[in-house]
Amino acid sequence: MTAIVIIGAGECGVRAAFALREQGFDGNVTLIGAETPLPYERPPLSKYLTAAAKPIRPEDAYAEKAIDLRLGTRVSRLDPASRSVALDDGETLTYDKLLLATGARARLFAGMEGCLTLRSDRDAAAIHTRLKPGARIGIIGGGFIGLELAATARKAGAEVTVIEAGPRLLGRAVPEEIAAVVRDRHAVEGIRLLIGAGVTMADARKITLTDGQVLDFDMVIAGVGALPDTALAEAAGLAVDNGVVVDRDFRATDPHVFAAGDCCNFAWHDARVRLESWKAAQDQGAHVAASMLGRAEPYAKVPWFWSDQYDLTLQVAGLFDMALPVRSRETGDETRLVFQCNAAGHLAAAAGIGPGNTIAKDLRILEKLIERAAIVDPDVLADPSQNLKRQLKAA
Amino acid sequence: MADWIDACAATDIDEEDVIRFDHGKRTFVIIRDHEDNYYCTDGLCTHEEIHLADGLVVENTIECPKHASIFNAETGEVDTPPACENLHTYPTKVEGGRVFVEI
Repeated sequence: MTAIVIIGAGECGVRAAFALREQGFDGNVTLIGAETPLPYERPPLSKYLTAAAKPIRPEDAYAEKAIDLRLGTRVSRLDPASRSVALDDGETLTYDKLLLATGARARLFAGMEGCLTLRSDRDAAAIHTRLKPGARIGIIGGGFIGLELAATARKAGAEVTVIEAGPRLLGRAVPEEIAAVVRDRHAVEGIRLLIGAGVTMADARKITLTDGQVLDFDMVIAGVGALPDTALAEAAGLAVDNGVVVDRDFRATDPHVFAAGDCCNFAWHDARVRLESWKAAQDQGAHVAASMLGRAEPYAKVPWFWSDQYDLTLQVAGLFDMALPVRSRETGDETRLVFQCNAAGHLAAAAGIGPGNTIAKDLRILEKLIERAAIVDPDVLADPSQNLKRQLKAA
Repeated sequence: MADWIDACAATDIDEEDVIRFDHGKRTFVIIRDHEDNYYCTDGLCTHEEIHLADGLVVENTIECPKHASIFNAETGEVDTPPACENLHTYPTKVEGGRVFVEI
């Protein structure tokens, strides 16, 4: 009997395990997770005050699909030569195919070691219990995690300061036009934004800025990015370069080992990228399942992210080149929609923001145009009187 | 006992599009596919209760606007997670240019 072992029971690993069954694989599937709760969704942790994590799949679904779910279990060693993994409880599992879906962990810069971070349900519970009216909350980092947490903390009545070292919020994620809407909204909500302010040192109660100012808080949380969990791959001699290096089938540099999700570095168009994305973790989990069964098609899913802050939803499809200009589609006062074409005339990226799901349909159409590498006329996309769905039909 | 309810005019929905339909205390969507078939399903995504009426219809599928779950509008089945529960579907008929749903 063939055996597939999946290390990491987040979105990617869980999706891969179920996708193996959906695609007819009837060998052994073992899904190993270091955390003890039933695999759960991470996106809500920064967006809502409710501490109870939502399971990705109900508990009985694993047994129903004969997925051997090993929770609270760490893998101490991966040995590609003997195709085996050693577990911390002393057991050794052999595999025919192995999937590394180990994800990423919160990064902390030197001098910030005492700050809280948000990655797990336990992190969220520790933070949420302290989001009280009037609590002084310091957040380092004006990215998605920091800003979602800021909105959540504000809703709970906390006094929130966000400190961003870069020249603007969301510098890596979205164009300036979208980030400005986010900035204005946080300002209106009463968040204190210190933009362009470096941090030299921080702990759980205090932040020291590069200009010497010392700020006191009741809680300090750092949201300054994530690092891929690649320790097993590195120790096993697999190529690692900002993530486990994989080919177009998401195969690592050993023919029996694959990697997908936040921990992998893959080829997308002409670039090597590593994404920290819930949707990509799922898309790649389904894709790598097919790869492990020898049935992969080229991976064509477009990177897609979303963020909820207050009643605003922001969505991004594709990867913007922040050095290049963007075009806007005039969609009304409450919403913004921007896009970017590459030198070949293909639509490359799009982002939108607005209350609720107002921009969702337009953005999904643009995402599909990106996926199809459609040649588009930017003037047509920018013109709100032009029906976007028609562009999709023509593409 | 389910009744046939006059929900909307057939032309109220563009080709390959969707509208929200509220009846009593419940919310539904009525979907018109690329071949002018009309379907009625529950209006809220089974993943996080988002109104599907804001989602994109492609052929006979509808995608949740929030987290991109995709459902088959005809059968209600999940095509792409994160949703893992199917949508309920309700019979429809078009008579005299009106769309009726049995709910």
